[in-house]
Amino acid sequence: MRESPVWAVVALPFALALLVYAAAALDAVLAGGGFRDPLYEGVRLLVQQRRRTLAPDRLLTRIGVVALPLAAVLGAVVVPLGGRAVADLTVGVVWFNAMEVVVWGAVWLAGWGANSAYGLVGGYRFVAQGLAYELPHMFALITAALGAGSLRVDEIAHAQGGLWFAVWMPVAFAVYLLSAVAMAFWGPLGHPAGNDLAGGAAVELTGPDRLVFLAGRYLLLVVAAAMAVPLFLGGDGGPLLPGWLWTLLKTGAVLAVLVWSRQWLPALRMDRFMTAAWTVLIPATLLQMLVVGIVVLD
Amino acid sequence: MQTFAFWALAAAAVGTGVAVFAVDSMARATFSLLASFLCVAGLLLLAGLQYLGALVVLMMVMEMLVMAVFMIMYMMNPAGLMPMTMVHNRRGALLVSGGLFAVMAAGILLVRWPERRGRPPADPTADLGMALMGPKMLVMMVIGIAILATMIASVVLAVRGGRYGRAEGDGAGGDGANGGGAG
Repeated sequence: MRESPVWAVVALPFALALLVYAAAALDAVLAGGGFRDPLYEGVRLLVQQRRRTLAPDRLLTRIGVVALPLAAVLGAVVVPLGGRAVADLTVGVVWFNAMEVVVWGAVWLAGWGANSAYGLVGGYRFVAQGLAYELPHMFALITAALGAGSLRVDEIAHAQGGLWFAVWMPVAFAVYLLSAVAMAFWGPLGHPAGNDLAGGAAVELTGPDRLVFLAGRYLLLVVAAAMAVPLFLGGDGGPLLPGWLWTLLKTGAVLAVLVWSRQWLPALRMDRFMTAAWTVLIPATLLQMLVVGIVVLD
Repeated sequence: MQTFAFWALAAAAVGTGVAVFAVDSMARATFSLLASFLCVAGLLLLAGLQYLGALVVLMMVMEMLVMAVFMIMYMMNPAGLMPMTMVHNRRGALLVSGGLFAVMAAGILLVRWPERRGRPPADPTADLGMALMGPKMLVMMVIGIAILATMIASVVLAVRGGRYGRAEGDGAGGDGANGGGAG
């Protein structure tokens, strides 16, 4: 681990908060509202009284709700948002993967803990969806690491001086974007918290709990978008502008695509996604890895 | 600082391990076991084994979630929110686990531990990779393919297919448990 400047630690929460609000505002605008809507909604949730269900497991629900943003922030410490990562671990990619898997536990606990049938179904849906997206996602991450010959996020970003990984690993990049949407149960893969379940895993969450949970979901989306930049889009590389601005611009662009996918794509049932993931995405990512492996060995 | 973190993590690992048997809910037992494993992952990170530590977090979260799904699926009380005891056959279990603990503790005390030779490598991850994939490449590849084949085969066997397509078919299935299909 290399030492990081103090400003990286101070800047991270501000950058994350800014991007989270930008994502929520963009989603509100795309849905026909105003960019101040997330602010009003946040204040409303903050002062809303909690609704209670019969015989819930309050401790585990709270752990699930808090674990969602916590996992996203812990994953963000290896992402060089604005030039330098807070902790540039030698196994940054594996760390990021481990933190985002914590989301499985968070969503399941939040859905299960309320003792509500819809919440329970939503929680189970997310675990099923996780089993579908996780393997292709891991292969996509490993392909980028293989291309750079390193698990360190910084080295992966700087191995793309000539050509972005997104260009010569298009399958891995596409799978990464798809699994980013899936892990944040967003848009086309938002069935775990879908309208057909009256809100799914989040159905019984009210007041501050709901605020933390939904903000955690936006955080996940932001962190997944930010990680795409060093992995596939050349990190902070770019002409004229300073590096940190390039990182922010690229992150914003990926984030906008992810947010937009909610209006743009129909919801995908996770059992069909499961079939597609195991019969199409896993072989495709393995072939992509083979191609990259052969190129690297040459 | 490191010593303090070590003892705190070790105590938390044992404590949450004990909690697995003391709590009265399947989900709490599962997640305290997960917490115990996460403390062990913290110990690995503390020892400088970053790759193994992150891997333990990754594998254990996925494993425990899959386990929670199955445990609650097979349980009698719906969704596992009713209180229930986590132990049965108390006397036998206590005898077996007590005996096992005594044997292992005696082993720790009686075995002559080897002296430390050499120094820790600069990058344990790379050394681990070489140890696994260098001379043992053939074994690892065979095991990897065998595990993948087993997974796919068991999924194929578990999915009930019929004359009218797959069980939870894409519009073409005629499965009664699904509330009637296209027929």
